[in-house]
Amino acid sequence: MHIVVCVKQVPDTKIIKINPKTNTLDRRSAPAILNPYDAHAVQEAVSIREKTGCTISVLSMGPPQATAIIKKSVEIGADRGYLITDRAFAGADTLATSYALFKALEKINKEIPIDMIICGKHAIDGDTGQVGPGIARRLDIPPVTNVIEVTEVNQEEKTVLIKRKLSSGYELIQSEMPCLLTVEKEINQIEYSPMPNMIKAARYEPIIWAVSDLENVDRVQLGLKGSPTIVGKMFTPPRPEGGKRIEGSPDEQVKQLMDILLEQKDVLTLQSSKQ
Amino acid sequence: MNFDDYRGVWIFIEQNGGKIEGVSLELLGAGRKLADKLQVPLAGFLLGSGIKSLANQVIAYGADEVYLVDHPVLKDYRTESYMKGVMQLVPKYKPEIILYGATPNGKDLASAVATDLVTGLTADTTTLDVDVDNRLLEASRPAFGGNIMATILCKKHRPQMATVRPKVMKALEPDTGRTGKIIEESITLREEEMRTKVLQIVNDVTKKANLADAHVIVCGGKGMGDIQNFQILYELADTIGATVGGTRDVVEAGWLPHELQIGQTGETVTPKIYFAIALSGAIQHVVGMKNSDLIIAINKDPNAPIFDVATYGIVGDALEIVPKLIQQFKQLRNEKGGEMSYARKI
Repeated sequence: MHIVVCVKQVPDTKIIKINPKTNTLDRRSAPAILNPYDAHAVQEAVSIREKTGCTISVLSMGPPQATAIIKKSVEIGADRGYLITDRAFAGADTLATSYALFKALEKINKEIPIDMIICGKHAIDGDTGQVGPGIARRLDIPPVTNVIEVTEVNQEEKTVLIKRKLSSGYELIQSEMPCLLTVEKEINQIEYSPMPNMIKAARYEPIIWAVSDLENVDRVQLGLKGSPTIVGKMFTPPRPEGGKRIEGSPDEQVKQLMDILLEQKDVLTLQSSKQ
Repeated sequence: MNFDDYRGVWIFIEQNGGKIEGVSLELLGAGRKLADKLQVPLAGFLLGSGIKSLANQVIAYGADEVYLVDHPVLKDYRTESYMKGVMQLVPKYKPEIILYGATPNGKDLASAVATDLVTGLTADTTTLDVDVDNRLLEASRPAFGGNIMATILCKKHRPQMATVRPKVMKALEPDTGRTGKIIEESITLREEEMRTKVLQIVNDVTKKANLADAHVIVCGGKGMGDIQNFQILYELADTIGATVGGTRDVVEAGWLPHELQIGQTGETVTPKIYFAIALSGAIQHVVGMKNSDLIIAINKDPNAPIFDVATYGIVGDALEIVPKLIQQFKQLRNEKGGEMSYARKI
């Protein structure tokens, strides 16, 4: 059995700064990290390997520096990793990204047939969650999004039992393999990497492919050219006027606040707990 | 691609167990405005099993047309069966805009459909408008962790598609006197050909649901300092019958589980009273709470953006103000009778 985990290098959005004058991202201000949801995707593959003995590959599209997150994935427990990197990929939206990853997955599938693909639910820089289902459609395999548990993997029957998160609750789904899962953070806890993984990761050299290494690529579908969506404008929303400031000493502030809150009689009411 | 062939605004009407999701009704309200500006019909499209009776509700909430695909295989949502339905409808009737609720199922469906239609899809939109001259959908959303808004356009492909956050658009008052056209589309689907099966659906009355339904929310930010200090927010919430939520930072720090996160990547909430305590008010957070009726902000920093959206602001130390507030409520309770407690009226 072979699992491929798709991973993305993202700026740490907790730290990133925006230049308020130009409304552009100061990418230098944020360190690049493995997308947190993708770390959970790798971890889930590791858990599945413990039961099935499968092989885990990771695949990323990104700049040459993205080898760092492939090494990080190896540290978590992946066996091997691919990076597709080429100027032709630059400016890709979700549609062009899923096309490029699809072409790489086709090639990987020829080397070692793929039984399952796992992606994070979304990347924290784009927050779209559209690439995973896009890849599944292109490969014509079923996507199961928002996965919170991989309950059972049946290698003989080639089926997998999955819990998928819903707006209110969850559903239990059985899917044929190969299939593609996108995982929520709550699916697992990232475990501390054992020392041999860290040593392996430090020495690991990912397999690097350019567009010319992939087969039957329609270049028009790559990068900016292959992206139907464009960013029209970036803006900081107009600052609303803001409300009233409650002034005074802390005691006076709290007293005024109490008066305001107690006016909300339809919401905050004294009710007998014996009712 | 001849763009003139594409006309009309379509809304995906998500139903679960025969009940239409709130976000779909909100989108009918938002879609109505877009359709009126473009002077085209507004349609809802509805897939499921035994769902014909829902069509009138879709019309009452603003649609001119309802496209129905009713088939036993469509009983529960599945990507493969639902997208087959959509892929039969859309290339045939060619709407220029399609909106989906940004729910797990809406996002799942839209992502799959966008790939097959080879068109653009904007995720988790919070503001919608149209450029009438160019018939362009302007779908805006917080970007890059939510400190800035980006307007996404799809100029060269049709239909233009977006998923829209629940609870940011307003549904119209239903008008049962409205009339509209119902178009039933027949479809061939075979259960044997489906590669996924829904074995069980478990409805969970979780904390998340409580947050969405809460009338009073006490939301804390990283400014509370540490997880111990954060606990006084629970005391305040217990005292007044509120529900506790947190910002993305707080959840990332592990002070609260993800289902209690409020904001773009968490829950969108619209309570009667919202306490924003020791949180700065990043756009990513504000889009998830700005439609609350009464917003009380407490923050040390007088320039914190949260004061811009707050109804009332207190510049001060939450660790000083909140305990005093708890004390006041408790004192009032004691004055009015020992067995009383504050509770929210539903």
